[in-house]
Amino acid sequence: MSATCLLNNTPDADIVAEFEPRIIGFLCNWCSYAGADKAGSSQTPYPPNVSIIKVMCTGRIDPQFVMKAFNEGADGVIVLACHPGDCHYKEGNLRAAQRHAMLIRVLEQMGIEGKRCRFDYVSAGEGEKYVQVITEMVATVKQLGKLSLID
Amino acid sequence: MPEKPKLAIYWAASCGGCEIAVVNLHEKILDVDAAFEFMFCPCLLDTKKKDIEALPDKSIAITLFNGAIRTAENEEMARLLRKKSQLLIALGSCACEGCILGLANLHSKQEIFKAVYLDNPTIDNPAGTIPSPASEVPEGTLTIPAFYDKVKTLGQVTAVDYFIPGCPPESHQIWNVVEAVVSGAQLPPAGSVLGAGCLSVCDECERVKEDKKIARFYRNFEITPEPRKCLLEQGLLCMGIATRDGCGAPCPQANMPCTGCYGPPEGITDQGARMIAALGSILDIGDCKGKSEEEIAARVEALLDSVPDYAGTFYKYSLPGSIIGGRVKR
Repeated sequence: MSATCLLNNTPDADIVAEFEPRIIGFLCNWCSYAGADKAGSSQTPYPPNVSIIKVMCTGRIDPQFVMKAFNEGADGVIVLACHPGDCHYKEGNLRAAQRHAMLIRVLEQMGIEGKRCRFDYVSAGEGEKYVQVITEMVATVKQLGKLSLID
Repeated sequence: MPEKPKLAIYWAASCGGCEIAVVNLHEKILDVDAAFEFMFCPCLLDTKKKDIEALPDKSIAITLFNGAIRTAENEEMARLLRKKSQLLIALGSCACEGCILGLANLHSKQEIFKAVYLDNPTIDNPAGTIPSPASEVPEGTLTIPAFYDKVKTLGQVTAVDYFIPGCPPESHQIWNVVEAVVSGAQLPPAGSVLGAGCLSVCDECERVKEDKKIARFYRNFEITPEPRKCLLEQGLLCMGIATRDGCGAPCPQANMPCTGCYGPPEGITDQGARMIAALGSILDIGDCKGKSEEEIAARVEALLDSVPDYAGTFYKYSLPGSIIGGRVKR
């Protein structure tokens, strides 16, 4: 008997599966992705809701990527950059910070809560901060609920 | 004499500016008349919908369709003209991307009705009547076309052969398209944009462009721009950098920042996102040494606070055609 059948036969019909958000994470190659690696190699548990896309620099993230993620079913998007001054390309992270601030204003006018799109800085050594940021983000999006853009 | 090919111009949800642009062909309109039987245009001619319905399918050579799809009637006419036309061309920003009307997508249908029919200071509506597709009166049932929840583009309701952008399209560009069709020239693949370029308005703008570093934004009324320098470099929110060329850049040449009516350049889906990307690169980040992340974020916010309406500015002409398309229904 498959797991699905077992679930359907459960007498406690009022047990509703908790909403598990789908979050897209854009992580910079040099700092934040290495930070995520650090969290992984130190085997710190954190929620598995974030699908990571590695980019060479957060300055490469076209706001169209974020909008496309939301449009295709993401409940949240997180952009993680190097700390100011640490950018491998000098200031790509600050460009991303500026774009993010503008993008949030536009998203809020479109009815998408700003908290669904988070920008933060995580360095290569900050495995713990990575875990903390991801845990917070998943909790925030869980609280906001599902984002459905399909008419 | 063989019968001339038929030409139709229809308006859906639009302002009539595209018709003006056609009339602005001036004496060349006679060449249009010589080449085509101009047979349907509710703005100028008295042909009725039933006359179109009576035509065999594909009997209209070209339909220039301007206007967005706001009501059920707009969609019905779009489908009818698609069936009766060989070439259905979206004429102008409304049909291509939704245009100014599309900004209504930042609000719900209920909010729009409330603003227009109930809260509007010049409206006297004590009974609180709002439009309804069917209303009962003593004489029977009155019907009007349903008002859709969202403004759609022509391409979102039916197949479109070509797109001519602009609010309105420049007359010489309409002429270029008509001339290409009349001459029997090889047309580009279906779905292409005609009567416009592939680059950005900056490519056609003659203002002097140097290194861009914007320390603050100015709204149009706040400064008189220097006549030769790039408007964006002067802090005016000129959309030229995220807008398709083809218009000849008349607005920036006349000291008026581009507002983006030719839509996104080739290869770009979302004009607003493109503008955000561009501005992110040229806003002056200043000296960040020793500044905390919070201080940097606060400085960016302070810089951005001077523009009151980002969605309205960046998507003035392209909201329904953008990736998210307007306010999310929740």
